[in-house]
Amino acid sequence: MRALSEVPHRSVAGRRSSDIVIKVLAWIAASLGIALMGWVIVVCVQRGIAAWNWDFFTQLPTPVGEPGGGIANALVGTLIMTALATALGVPAGFFAGVYLAEFGKNSRFAHGMRMVTNVMMGIPSIIVGLFSYMLLVPTLGTFSGWAGALALAVIMLPVMARTTEDILNLVPNEMRESALAVGAPRWRATLGVVVKAARAGLLTGAILAVVRVSGETAPLLFTALNSAYWTIDPGQPYANLTVTIYQYANSPFPDWQEKAWGASLLIIVLVLGANITVRLIAQRGKQ
Amino acid sequence: MREPTTEVSTAEPQSQATVVPPRIEVDDVTQAGQERHSDLEVKMSVRNLDFWYGKSQALFDNSIDYYQNRVTAIIGPSGCGKSTHIRCLNRIYELYRDHKASGEIVLDGNNVLGSGVDVLDVRRRVGMIFQKPSPFPMTVFENIAYGLKLFYKLNRSELRDRVEDALRRAALWDEVKDKLNEPGTGLSGGQQQRLCIARTIATEPEVVLMDEPCSAIDPIATGKIEDLIEELKHQYTILIVTHNMQQAARVSEYTAFFFQGYIVEFGETTKLFSNPDQKQTEDYITGRFG
Repeated sequence: MRALSEVPHRSVAGRRSSDIVIKVLAWIAASLGIALMGWVIVVCVQRGIAAWNWDFFTQLPTPVGEPGGGIANALVGTLIMTALATALGVPAGFFAGVYLAEFGKNSRFAHGMRMVTNVMMGIPSIIVGLFSYMLLVPTLGTFSGWAGALALAVIMLPVMARTTEDILNLVPNEMRESALAVGAPRWRATLGVVVKAARAGLLTGAILAVVRVSGETAPLLFTALNSAYWTIDPGQPYANLTVTIYQYANSPFPDWQEKAWGASLLIIVLVLGANITVRLIAQRGKQ
Repeated sequence: MREPTTEVSTAEPQSQATVVPPRIEVDDVTQAGQERHSDLEVKMSVRNLDFWYGKSQALFDNSIDYYQNRVTAIIGPSGCGKSTHIRCLNRIYELYRDHKASGEIVLDGNNVLGSGVDVLDVRRRVGMIFQKPSPFPMTVFENIAYGLKLFYKLNRSELRDRVEDALRRAALWDEVKDKLNEPGTGLSGGQQQRLCIARTIATEPEVVLMDEPCSAIDPIATGKIEDLIEELKHQYTILIVTHNMQQAARVSEYTAFFFQGYIVEFGETTKLFSNPDQKQTEDYITGRFG
């Protein structure tokens, strides 16, 4: 064996330059991503802020050609439909995740379920919309908020399940063992101690699942559709922001197009607000 | 991997039939112990305990008696099965699908490993302290109250009294009496470990298993826990797994030396440390290996 001092050295200059190249590439990629996002936000603010006024948030849409009015029904519709979807999708996803992380583990059923969950996450949302359409729209005889909420819930479920599983897996086994060692039955150890230890992460996961569906349009097109009226009862076609944006942006009326921008800005603000909430929760969880 | 040079290492982990017995018959030792200490009651007795992690056997034919109100130290090199052994005594290993134990662990006449046994009750009677302090994600008060609430319907003032009593007995009350409503995770490492001890003794178990309880905390906190063990043994039967032989010598009356899944020697601590019967024990306690 040669002594290392006799072996030709690799050039330090070469290593330095490749270090710089990688750094620059990473920097460019990151800036590009941020710049594009920034651009989207700037455009939405520029064009959407003009639509924002008291009426925009409080009034119903006006008929075509008549100026004024707002999208209050779509805002309320989106909030209610998202809440319904959350009430369905988050608990179902949570318990699926608890099963995967705590009970199923390496069983064959859990492996199968994990694969199905992964596949579900990759299914285009429009197909989930078709599924919900097929299931509910012919049965109820009408487009409805229920069908929209179901489609959104199905999109949330795998996201919530996987996040829950990942986060519960971060809880050290000592925590499970300590709870069992005190004499707690498995379900109490899981819900009272393990889930509690992971609560900040789980809440974050739930909010991110909600954010994930709040901008969905495709699955609502043939489930909730849209409505120009106040819609509180989900048994009818349901007003919502994203389909409103879709329809208004496609319309030839400048007034509607402006409102589409305004509604886009509103969704961005809602999503941003949710993300900030997540940050705050995560920070508090660390303390 | 280093090739061990002792007899027991030739044992085939998977075939029980070819297992080479340890050089000492443990039953002889315990019988000898009983003769000398006929006044001592056996609280827990282990007979022919084997243990498997999946297909690899970790414990071979462990048989040992643990005496009531005495501290038994379990020593031995890393990976010799000390923790595995005590994890059988409260069946905590069952959390993992592929961990299997066979044999008998008799607690007051009942086989803990038996199929009809109420595991939750076993765990109430056989408490456990872990290597890493693991306070629950709740307040100091709730940490102690957790176990009590699992088994008893106590009213508020009774609960408060019991929490205070447990914290006092764990020598932690003075340090946390103003922090009862703060999260248990906010305490220092040593305090957290005493919190875990308080949590365990709150439900008044009969046996307390300690799995290297001092390995993650500083010497001063260790001293406090050792004093505590001295106090607690009047009420409980204590088993302590430790890597620290001085600690074993300080806190225990009996010591068991484990090696490669076998109990090589068991006897009075003073005897085992000053004049061990087995050469392996002597090699270990004099630092020749391990």
